[in-house]
Amino acid sequence: MNILECEGLVKRFDDLVAVDDVGFHIAAGETYGLLGPNGAGKTTAISMISGILEADAGRVMVAGKEITTRSTDGNAEIGYVPQDIAIYPDLSARENLRFFGKLYGLPKDRLKIRIEEVLEVIGLTGRGDDRTEDYSGGMKRRLNIGIGLLHEPKLLILDEPTVGVDPQSRNSILESVETLGSAGTAVLYTTHYMEEAERLCDRVAIIDAGKIRAEGTRRELVQLMGQKDTINLGVVGSARRLVEALQPMQEIHSATAVEGSVELLVDGASTLLPKILEMAHGTGVTVSGVKVIEPNLESVFLHLTGKALRD
Amino acid sequence: MRAAIVIALKDLSQRIRDKSAILLGVVAPLGLAFIFSAIIPDATASSFNVHVGIVDNDHAAISAGFIDEVIPAVEDQGLLTATMFDDTDAALAEVETGSLDAVYIFPDGYSASVQSGGGGTVRMVRNVDATIAGQIAGAILDGYLAEVEAVTISVGTAAINGGQDIAAITAQAMDSPATVTLADTEASDRTLDTTTYFAAGMAVFFLFFTVQFGVSSLLEERLHGTLPRLLGAPISRWSVIGGKALTSFVLGVVSMVVLAVGTTVLIGANWGNPVGVAILMMAGVLAALGIMAVVAVISRTPEQAANWQSIVAVVLGLLGGTFFPLSQGPRLLALVSKLTPHAWFMQGLGDLSGGAGLISVVAPALAMLTFFVVTVGIAVWFGRGRVLAP
Repeated sequence: MNILECEGLVKRFDDLVAVDDVGFHIAAGETYGLLGPNGAGKTTAISMISGILEADAGRVMVAGKEITTRSTDGNAEIGYVPQDIAIYPDLSARENLRFFGKLYGLPKDRLKIRIEEVLEVIGLTGRGDDRTEDYSGGMKRRLNIGIGLLHEPKLLILDEPTVGVDPQSRNSILESVETLGSAGTAVLYTTHYMEEAERLCDRVAIIDAGKIRAEGTRRELVQLMGQKDTINLGVVGSARRLVEALQPMQEIHSATAVEGSVELLVDGASTLLPKILEMAHGTGVTVSGVKVIEPNLESVFLHLTGKALRD
Repeated sequence: MRAAIVIALKDLSQRIRDKSAILLGVVAPLGLAFIFSAIIPDATASSFNVHVGIVDNDHAAISAGFIDEVIPAVEDQGLLTATMFDDTDAALAEVETGSLDAVYIFPDGYSASVQSGGGGTVRMVRNVDATIAGQIAGAILDGYLAEVEAVTISVGTAAINGGQDIAAITAQAMDSPATVTLADTEASDRTLDTTTYFAAGMAVFFLFFTVQFGVSSLLEERLHGTLPRLLGAPISRWSVIGGKALTSFVLGVVSMVVLAVGTTVLIGANWGNPVGVAILMMAGVLAALGIMAVVAVISRTPEQAANWQSIVAVVLGLLGGTFFPLSQGPRLLALVSKLTPHAWFMQGLGDLSGGAGLISVVAPALAMLTFFVVTVGIAVWFGRGRVLAP
């Protein structure tokens, strides 16, 4: 059963089309990733899906209820975790949870129980009465997510929840999302971290410049690339000059200069590598390291958009 | 409505916790009202008394008229206390030390000189620190001397025409009733006594700072990133705005009530009929809410809103006569003041305090409600589509 169904979503800001005909669906217990670089339109898309932003066109249904900026019923089925930490710094974790629980109409007794359950899940039981302004960044992030979980939504929307989080908190957040998925919650997860999308998501949509370029399971997306490999060359010298020299080669599908390195999408890395090193030598560029990468979502993104995820 | 109340309760607990609302809504106005009422004398209160000395070297008709007729009349009204001195230097020394606010010195032969048309000068020396008392003492003397001058001209005219006995006219003039009286300021002109004036003035002045906490908190929600979360909750968008407005309203009403009760108990302010005061307070709070909502809507950040709101609050407060009675300013100022809710609030309270009936608050309350309706309309117009933008 699909918890989220959206189709034809469009949002324009003056001349900029931030989201262009975006549509997908998420089933109960499924974790769906929106993978794209900053500015790809991920946040705008989920703002429309969660009823915060009015869509110029398109339709969103959550648990069979239409979501608009004027709707209220369907919003109770959504747990929204914004990208920025959205908590009241002068209130404690318990007070933050109590406030949002009341807004979501949780009965008093149920709210009391849920507050303690959520504090347990996010590991803040012992600090629940402290003002959140005294929390570390990771603790604030966890509370940020906890508020979204409080009313046990059918659809949890997480907008880049691990940005700026320490590795330990990040792992804790990812584990929580995995648990939610297996408990039957539909999760919409936006990220520009390929590793997170690969670890968490049952299906992934690759979004760039407001459009979904491809969608499917990891295996389906990687298959889009055929047998292509990614070669990452660490270079000393002009990476741009090397890219210009390599681009005419037929076996090289894309070449990108990225911060002292060159990323290549190629057919048959093992046979092509000697030629590439020879060409680097010829252009006066010293190769300081070579890494051959099996196809992954990062290379799929590169293949589909011609640019790296962190561009 | 339930969601609006939940939001308002959250906002109120935050405001109480950071103490800013208590400071601006209660402590500051109460403190200033107390200070102002303590240092500025009340011209309408019997406790204010001008202490003058009189040195009569004339011992004739004009000085006698002043000492026997004018001074007792003013003393009877409780405004002035006079002490006679034989020695000019002793009287001047009393003025110098501040024991006297002023001293009148009638020179030897003054009456004779005036009556003969030769003129003369009554000297008045006042204490440099007794500004208002000195002005009152001067006004009493000026009033009397103007009368003497009129009589002198009459006598002179009669002498030229040769038709009447000059001595008889002079005696008649000197027997005429006292020339200086005080108007009854208790009820007829419906002004507030000094204590109540500053209590009410400070209350309505700081009201504009107090209500800004509610309407500006929408900008804080955006700053803290919590606005999208509110917009994503299963509540109507009007609940969010309603919650903020409710916060402002409650803060405004509570601060006004606390100030009314506090100034009545602590410094003896007389606010008047409680029902009328309540009507004026409600209308005043709504007017302040509307004006501050306009400022919040056109601001981009809480800091910008706070700065603009402070400027608006101070300018309207000054124009509205919360720091000084508008009757002491130019007529134009009194007219301009009607463009502020403050002036209407003070007027309504003045009428109530002066004993006028409840009907007297209708016009001021309607004027303040008009401010509310107009400014809320402006706020909605300017804020449409952007106040609740995530």
